[in-house]
Amino acid sequence: MKPSTRRRLFRGVLYAIFIAAVAAVILVADWEAIRTSFLNPEVFGEQFPAIITTAAKNTIIYTVIAFIGGLLLGLALALMKLSPVAPYRWVATAYIELFRGLPALLVIFAFAFAVPIAFQWRPPGGTAGAGLIALIIVSAAYMAETIRAGIEAVPGGQLEAARSLGMNPSWTMVSVVLPQAIRIVTPPLTNELVILIKDTSLLFIAGMALNQRELTTFARDGVSQYANATPLVAAALMYLIITLPLTQLVARLEKRNKRGR
Amino acid sequence: MTEPSLSQDRPAIEVKELCKNFGDNEVLKGIDFHVNQGEVVCVIGPSGSGKSTLLRCVNRLEEPTSGTILVEGVDITDPETDLDKIRTRIGMVFQQFNLFPHLNVLGNLTLAQRRAKRRGKAEAMEVARQNLEKVGLANRENAYPAQLSGGQQQRVAIARALSMNPDMMLFDEPTSALDPELVGDVLGVMRQLADEGMTMMVVTHEMGFAREVGDRVVFMDGGVVVEQGKPEDVLGNPQHERTKAFLSKVL
Repeated sequence: MKPSTRRRLFRGVLYAIFIAAVAAVILVADWEAIRTSFLNPEVFGEQFPAIITTAAKNTIIYTVIAFIGGLLLGLALALMKLSPVAPYRWVATAYIELFRGLPALLVIFAFAFAVPIAFQWRPPGGTAGAGLIALIIVSAAYMAETIRAGIEAVPGGQLEAARSLGMNPSWTMVSVVLPQAIRIVTPPLTNELVILIKDTSLLFIAGMALNQRELTTFARDGVSQYANATPLVAAALMYLIITLPLTQLVARLEKRNKRGR
Repeated sequence: MTEPSLSQDRPAIEVKELCKNFGDNEVLKGIDFHVNQGEVVCVIGPSGSGKSTLLRCVNRLEEPTSGTILVEGVDITDPETDLDKIRTRIGMVFQQFNLFPHLNVLGNLTLAQRRAKRRGKAEAMEVARQNLEKVGLANRENAYPAQLSGGQQQRVAIARALSMNPDMMLFDEPTSALDPELVGDVLGVMRQLADEGMTMMVVTHEMGFAREVGDRVVFMDGGVVVEQGKPEDVLGNPQHERTKAFLSKVL
């Protein structure tokens, strides 16, 4: 058999398998059940407007708080990890390894229920607020490593140029290294943001007042209320509306950075 | 800002018994070297001879292993010396330009003036514009480094160093990363600086520049100064075999 014939034959087989699989799904799937359980128009309509005015809004608020908090704490940890003073490096390394090694759910659970009882602590925003603090603490560990890598990716010649002009180490970091590092880490940090949007769903474990509910808690309550899975589909749509533009943005930023250097 | 006045008889740079090791690799093996006020000294030699390391030790971008380095009589190897202050008096130009890519040309020229010399914005801008004019790039003050050719970037880098009003300039192979047709502009600016009486230490492979602009040529090989003297003597009538061998390859 000629190689070109063999290639064509192989491709034909791949198409045949694909068509057979699609046909099987269409024939086997219980469309009626899917429609009534997942795509019930009345239940879908009932989700609005609260799914936007409360749930999506809270998801975005929690994400922004966790991201900004994680970014500031992560920057501090990254600078500690690069510090000439050894104990700072040890603390930062221990922190990062600890919180990257634990499930976020466990940390949130501990902050929402164990820590307040043990230390007689009344977290702002109740157990949900405590869970949010846990999310900040966990995300800071990931962002610290990203920021550290960004700082180290700034070419050594930049430091030498700044120091040779008589700028001290602090000014060199603030006006020469960090501005360039931020540009380098923007795509990975945007990725962290997308992950964080999804991780706010873990806050459901903390328990929330009605007006504190974010998308996943809201959807879960909806499933119980209507004995129908449509609220999950509505929440999923909301997540995608928020995350898809961001993942597109990451792709564009990465392309721009590749061109830039 | 007032600088302490300099006595003319003291060398601008004085290096005594300088040694530098990178691990087991001895790069500088007891260098004695000086640059007088207003003198242009060109350091030549094969790659790996230690000439760039010597230059980088003079503003302590490299930490010397042993020996002393006096800049205008101040021992910069003394831990008590304020290095940042000394460095504002030593301009440095790198092979790879090392302009700050996130700042435009004016930003590159004013940043260290403001942060290290504590000049006001208006004064820093004025000094920057004067020096841009000097290197022939007055019309590019808003360009970003990525928008400039290599030759233009290197001239901006020279203007950036000059904006600190240094007493001396160090050049580390300033034309080695340039396309051949762009070398002339950069050498022209350096020649003009030399004519104005700037103290210069130039590590270079440009023998024509060393011959025409240099007051003295220093030939280094294997981490030692092999031979030095007037350009016409070292380049035209070398005394040492190693100098002859090197020059026969590059001339």
